[in-house]
Amino acid sequence: MKFERRLLLRERGSGVFEKLWQIPWVFVLLLCAVAGVGYVALYSAGGGSPDPYAGRHAIRFGFGLVMMLSIALVDIRLIARFAWVGYAMGVGLLVLVALHGQVGKGAQRWIDIGPVQLQPSELMKIMLVVALASWFHKASWERIGNPLFLIPPIIAVLVPAAMIFKQPNLGTSLITLMIGGAVFFAAGVRLWKFALVVGAVAIVAPIVYENLHDYQRARITTFLDPESDPLGAGYNIIQSKIALGSGGFWGKGFLQGTQGHLNFLPEKQTDFIFTMLAEEFGLVGGLSVLGLLACVIAFGFLVALRSRHQFGRLLAVGLATNYFLYVFVNIAMVTGSIPVGGVPLPLISHGGSAMITVMIGFGLLMSAHVHRDAEMGAERDET
Amino acid sequence: MSRKQREEERVRGIFGRRALLLGAGQMGLLGFLAHRLHTLQVDEGERYATLAEENRLSARLLAPPRGRVLDREGRVIAGNQLNWRALLVAEQTSDVGATLETLTKIIPLTDAERARIEREVRRRRRFVPVVVREFLSWEEMARIELNAPDLPGISVDVGTTRIYAEGEHLAHIVGYVAPPAERDMDGDPLLELPGIRVGRAGIERHHDLALRGRAGAVQLEVNAVGRVIRELDRREGVQGQDVQLSVDAELQKSIRGKIEEGTSVVLMDARNGELLAMATQPSFDPNVFNSGVSAAQWREWTANRATPLINKATNGLYAPGSTFKMVVALAGLEARVVTPGERVTCPGYMDLGDSRFHCWHRPGHGGVDMRTALKVSCDVYFYEVAKRVGMDRIAAMARRFGLGVPLEIELPGTRPGLVPTREWRQAQGRPWALGDTVVHGIGQGFYQLTPLSLATMTARLATGRAVQPHLTRSIGGRPVRGVRAEDWPSLGIPERDLRLVREAMWAVVNEQGGTARIARLPPELGAMAGKTGTTQVRRVSREQRERGFRVDQMPREWRPHALFVAFAPMENPIFAVSVVVEHGTSGSAAAAPLAKDVLVEAFQRLRPGPGGLPARVAEAPRSAIPPVRP
Repeated sequence: MKFERRLLLRERGSGVFEKLWQIPWVFVLLLCAVAGVGYVALYSAGGGSPDPYAGRHAIRFGFGLVMMLSIALVDIRLIARFAWVGYAMGVGLLVLVALHGQVGKGAQRWIDIGPVQLQPSELMKIMLVVALASWFHKASWERIGNPLFLIPPIIAVLVPAAMIFKQPNLGTSLITLMIGGAVFFAAGVRLWKFALVVGAVAIVAPIVYENLHDYQRARITTFLDPESDPLGAGYNIIQSKIALGSGGFWGKGFLQGTQGHLNFLPEKQTDFIFTMLAEEFGLVGGLSVLGLLACVIAFGFLVALRSRHQFGRLLAVGLATNYFLYVFVNIAMVTGSIPVGGVPLPLISHGGSAMITVMIGFGLLMSAHVHRDAEMGAERDET
Repeated sequence: MSRKQREEERVRGIFGRRALLLGAGQMGLLGFLAHRLHTLQVDEGERYATLAEENRLSARLLAPPRGRVLDREGRVIAGNQLNWRALLVAEQTSDVGATLETLTKIIPLTDAERARIEREVRRRRRFVPVVVREFLSWEEMARIELNAPDLPGISVDVGTTRIYAEGEHLAHIVGYVAPPAERDMDGDPLLELPGIRVGRAGIERHHDLALRGRAGAVQLEVNAVGRVIRELDRREGVQGQDVQLSVDAELQKSIRGKIEEGTSVVLMDARNGELLAMATQPSFDPNVFNSGVSAAQWREWTANRATPLINKATNGLYAPGSTFKMVVALAGLEARVVTPGERVTCPGYMDLGDSRFHCWHRPGHGGVDMRTALKVSCDVYFYEVAKRVGMDRIAAMARRFGLGVPLEIELPGTRPGLVPTREWRQAQGRPWALGDTVVHGIGQGFYQLTPLSLATMTARLATGRAVQPHLTRSIGGRPVRGVRAEDWPSLGIPERDLRLVREAMWAVVNEQGGTARIARLPPELGAMAGKTGTTQVRRVSREQRERGFRVDQMPREWRPHALFVAFAPMENPIFAVSVVVEHGTSGSAAAAPLAKDVLVEAFQRLRPGPGGLPARVAEAPRSAIPPVRP
């Protein structure tokens, strides 16, 4: 502890104002722009009115902004120290939701905390990234090569993934696994081990398919041939593609989207918000939004590369990957490239849970940026 | 540089490479999404734009009001009336059964009605409205509107319904309308509209296409559940055309008031074949068909032996009796087997082989020429003429007078009737005996003729032209063919022969000893020419005759039918009339006076002038197409 305090004093600028100066305001502006896009889209989804979506979206974003900036100021070492406490809390919430959660769409996903509903699986992904980053922090190349060293983090990934899968929420469960995999990969786990896992998955996948819910299987089969069931499960995909395609290059114009405004587009304020945007603003608008989101993700990698400690690097990569997976899965879903998975587009689509958790993640990312030069001791000190 | 630092550098190097790899991979995937967007929005954009338009646009048909049917004075016989009705659009409710359940609490629906509605919902496309209940009262309508939030899919709209002001009086002529059946679907999209009616009988059926009009269309923007957002384009339909008939509704009603069950009266403009009245008893109320005929009502109609649904004027089949004698006379004259002046002796009977054929006048008429034979209706004279001329030539002459051949009357299902020939009999595997010809010479035997065809015959006798009976004067204000006498070709019978027959018919009514002197017209109306007929429905045996059989002691349904045909005035005939009184016993006593009454009434009501019978052109209608309610 003595050692740490000494390092702290040597650190460049530790006061609150110093830290505020260090906050990447360009990134904050970028997030505001993304949320602004969301406001515009939700204004249209509300039929040309801030009610009922856009207004609440703005308030929520303001709340999230304060929270994000607060987290950005928290010392990265404090975060690292309580990484596993956070992880345990996340698992605890998953247990709670399994016991008392609200059933929605045939799955236990929600938990009511006062006025807001919380989806613990969203929070869990953030906590998992923090926990894994702290585990691999300071681990030597040899140590990472040791299979026994990998067993605890593998369990740490599998436990929440299995619990989310049981909710059942196949999409988020797979995303959790992928985030875990990304952190493992960045930490330097040997490539042949990944090959081994991929091979094992290829064998296990058919068995898992057998145990999927009917609606989950339907999603996969309608993905392969959506036109086969145009009024049932494939309806959403078809209508979304019609909306996108009919938007054309320049789009139909703000508030002029027929598919969205005439309700052919399902869940236009949540999962299909991107479709709504691309119908009204065309390819130009769609690519602009995609570019904006790519910048957000790229910033995460930039933070990772500039961090001088492994914890910050892994944290940044994990959190950037988390947001990337939201973006990719959602847009791939609405363009009919992968099965419909009920994944929102955080910061743009309506719904507080994903936005708040994503902003907690960005707060951590910014903390990693602010404290990128912090001298961090290993949690398990080698000395 | 410690080992620890080197170790850190190594881990950092590996991380750097892998992070770049991960980042590049993620950007690559985002690039794939960009490509995907480009494919959808640019390469396939047009296809999807078309699909989006198809989603958004919905064409709806507008039902034009059905054309009216008017009488010759422009009185509305078949018109349209506003009809508030409840509709159900299956697409707009998640549970049809539950909606109907709720509705039943507001307006009670019978199980049969619910079964019909559910059947129609299954049969039609889900966005096509199905009529739940028609002819709602104001109160019912208000109750439904009030409870609208609890009745998803139910809406109230105003349509039109057919109303027949004269009810049963013109039912056999106008016919009626009913919802279209599967076989009526001729590709006209109009027939898919809820509550639409098609003509099922009579004029309504014959002129259905003209009366129906053509559907208009609105192009609407609809949302995903089919709710109308706004109207984009509207093309008005073509209103159904008014059909004006030649009948006079007031005259028709008056005549029907004079007649009994089983009687038919056909009154025609002899010069052009226009029917002025065609009355039978009993009849039915065509308004009943509008809302659907109940099983009980249908049973009552079909079980009734007086057959109210059948128009006896066009479908009742009778032997013409002595009213046929003019045809036999003309056939004889044309075949030159008899001259007008030749006298045939009537001893009261005629023997042929070992059969004896009686004259209705048992003592016999003595020597009679053609004019006298027609005037007193001597049977023996016509036995003789028929024997000479032969059945085939009689039948040929009958057909020229419109007997036993299809007529151009606009009433579907009208029967052509039958005039027998030797060939016809032989086709039945029976020989045609000379005795058959003799019997058919006085209009008895196998004939099956309608009152309409007898009126046609009379008109042709009066004018010498092959007029066809018809009901239509104009469609949509344009006169139809046949209004002028010159439209009809000559029969090709010498005027001399026709004049002889007409004068004989005049003598029937106006001379001492004529069989219908009782039916003389008042002098100021001019003279009527006519012919009586009495046809047996049961054979009277010789024994019965010898026992002093009296016809008025028979049960009613055994009594002979009474017939009378006439035209008037004698000079420049205007009216032709035929009367058939079923079981009326005597043409002279039952049919002729009725014909006189009809003609007197016709003169008084129609006031024929030199230019023909007056008629009024109906003024242009009426209501606009009701708007679509979003």
